Amino acid sequence: MRAASLPPWGLPALGAGLIALALVSDTRLAVILAVWFGAWALNAALANRSGAGATRLVVPVIFGVTLLVLWELVVQLYQISFVILPAPSAIWARMVTETPTLWADFQQTILKGALAGYVMGCGAAFLAALAIDRSAFLQRGLLPVGNFIAALPIVGTAPIFVMWFGFGWQSKSAVVVAMVFFPMLVNCVQGFKASDVMQRDLMRTYAASYGQTLVKLRLPTAMPFIFNGLKICTTLALIGAIVAEFFGSPTVGMGFRIKIEMGRLAMDMVWAEIAVAALAGSGFYGLVALIEKRLTFWHPSQRRG
Amino acid sequence: MTAAADIARPRGLGAISALTGAVVPVLTVVLAIVAIWYAASVMMNRAWTLDQIQRQGLEMTQAEILTAAMTQERPVLPAPHQVFAEIWNTTVGEPVMRERRGQMQGNPRNLIFHAYHTLWPTILGFGIGSFLGILLAIGIVHSRAMDMSVMPWAIASQTIPILAIAPIIVVVVSNLPALNSAVSAGWISEDTKLLVPKALISSYLSFFPVVVGMVAGLRSPQATDLDLMRTYSASRSQTLWKLRLPASVPFLFTSLKVSIAAALVGTIVAELPTGARFGLGARLLTGSYYGQTIQIWSALFMAAICAAALVILLGVIEKITLRRMGARS
Repeated sequence: MRAASLPPWGLPALGAGLIALALVSDTRLAVILAVWFGAWALNAALANRSGAGATRLVVPVIFGVTLLVLWELVVQLYQISFVILPAPSAIWARMVTETPTLWADFQQTILKGALAGYVMGCGAAFLAALAIDRSAFLQRGLLPVGNFIAALPIVGTAPIFVMWFGFGWQSKSAVVVAMVFFPMLVNCVQGFKASDVMQRDLMRTYAASYGQTLVKLRLPTAMPFIFNGLKICTTLALIGAIVAEFFGSPTVGMGFRIKIEMGRLAMDMVWAEIAVAALAGSGFYGLVALIEKRLTFWHPSQRRG
Repeated sequence: MTAAADIARPRGLGAISALTGAVVPVLTVVLAIVAIWYAASVMMNRAWTLDQIQRQGLEMTQAEILTAAMTQERPVLPAPHQVFAEIWNTTVGEPVMRERRGQMQGNPRNLIFHAYHTLWPTILGFGIGSFLGILLAIGIVHSRAMDMSVMPWAIASQTIPILAIAPIIVVVVSNLPALNSAVSAGWISEDTKLLVPKALISSYLSFFPVVVGMVAGLRSPQATDLDLMRTYSASRSQTLWKLRLPASVPFLFTSLKVSIAAALVGTIVAELPTGARFGLGARLLTGSYYGQTIQIWSALFMAAICAAALVILLGVIEKITLRRMGARS
């Protein structure tokens, strides 16, 4: 963001100036600014020095830790009301003491609701894409419709599925299936179209059967698209499972807990659930990305120059 | 002029044939979906009708059972025509404004009124989100430190299920001293205040596609183009304004279309846990409380219509902008 005319020392000088200005009016603000600029200077120095593997990991970690420290500082120094924003330390304390509850909620919402729906929805979409793949007519018809449906607010079907399948995790899985099906279908169909005509002709000259062409050429070329779909669907699955619990659930589950603890103004518990959801979401996404890296190491987007 | 028209004509014909090439399959798929829907609605609603027949000891022919299954008041799955009748009745059949306590107010029985309450925060949130997304993308492209530290967290932020945050944002925002004093000073109305948290949640959802798309777009100029700017001794801001930003416009529109759909989802989801009284999400919630399935489905369809309208609108703006910029379609 540095303007072209700004010399290298411009940013630190600007930071120091701001801190000095804040020092005059409000010491607390000066502390917060000092932490921010200090961490930023460190990151900038690290990032500009080299692009080695370790820096790629260290820089985002420093940034994340800085944000947490700033959050804690702001809450402590300005004595922000517990209801508006609890400090990270308070949230952490709650996470430690309430681990069994959090684990039970995690099992109910993520492992049962989201994961089951994710596997069913993505599996069904994959199979449907395979079936559609053999008909150009269906492809031309389903791609625009699928793209359209993928853009719709399908979370809205949550109350309907809760009515149909009851309060248990089955209704949550059903919502997840509805949410992930079309984004996954569109990606798979596009993926199956990704192989070149030349490549398919080559397979023909080898007298390869439909199955052989599928396994040896078209599935591998479709992999980047399929994984793109799988990655998008991880987030959708979590959102679907949690949203559905707002419309009715047994007395366990992350959405249920958030709703109840919100009513009791136990904001630290709400934030603890959010932290678990964020960790689960990032972990889930990371896992799929890792598998992708292992399976599609040959693709240009995965190469490291 | 005539030469240009001559060149344009075959392309226009091509577009038409491409359109008809897509229309027939799309119509087939849509018709198939409607047919499946009717079949499913009869199957799912039959049980209740048969049960009623048994209880009341009625004699009904198969055809009568069929029509009875499709005309229930609270069906398990309403038939398509029921949903469309409900949409028709709650849009055209009800006045948008009604008089209450001597002044004209929005009519909560009208679906357009609810759609309006959802669309405003959506557009506001989309505006905030995409503006911040563009700024962030410019920062990421120009600063290595920002690229390395912000980008992983921007990705991680999207793995947080937004709905989990929605209730908190509502509590925090409605307790913000600045906002409350703005209301008491009369700068913004109480209604506008209720709109702010919804807009924030939808902007949270809509900023990410823009960041990703714009980072790709701002980096899309080739090395030779960048070198050319260098030989002109162009400054970084000149390169940004004259090369990078124009080059990123196609990427921008693609990601804006994704992001406005996401913004709409964000607003609807934001209405669920916050006890909003107006809006399509509120309509879904009351529908589910009172078992009004037809109302739920009509709200869903209204949301779908809004999403389609917004995406189509952006598509038109995209087409006009790209044509102005001299792109060949």
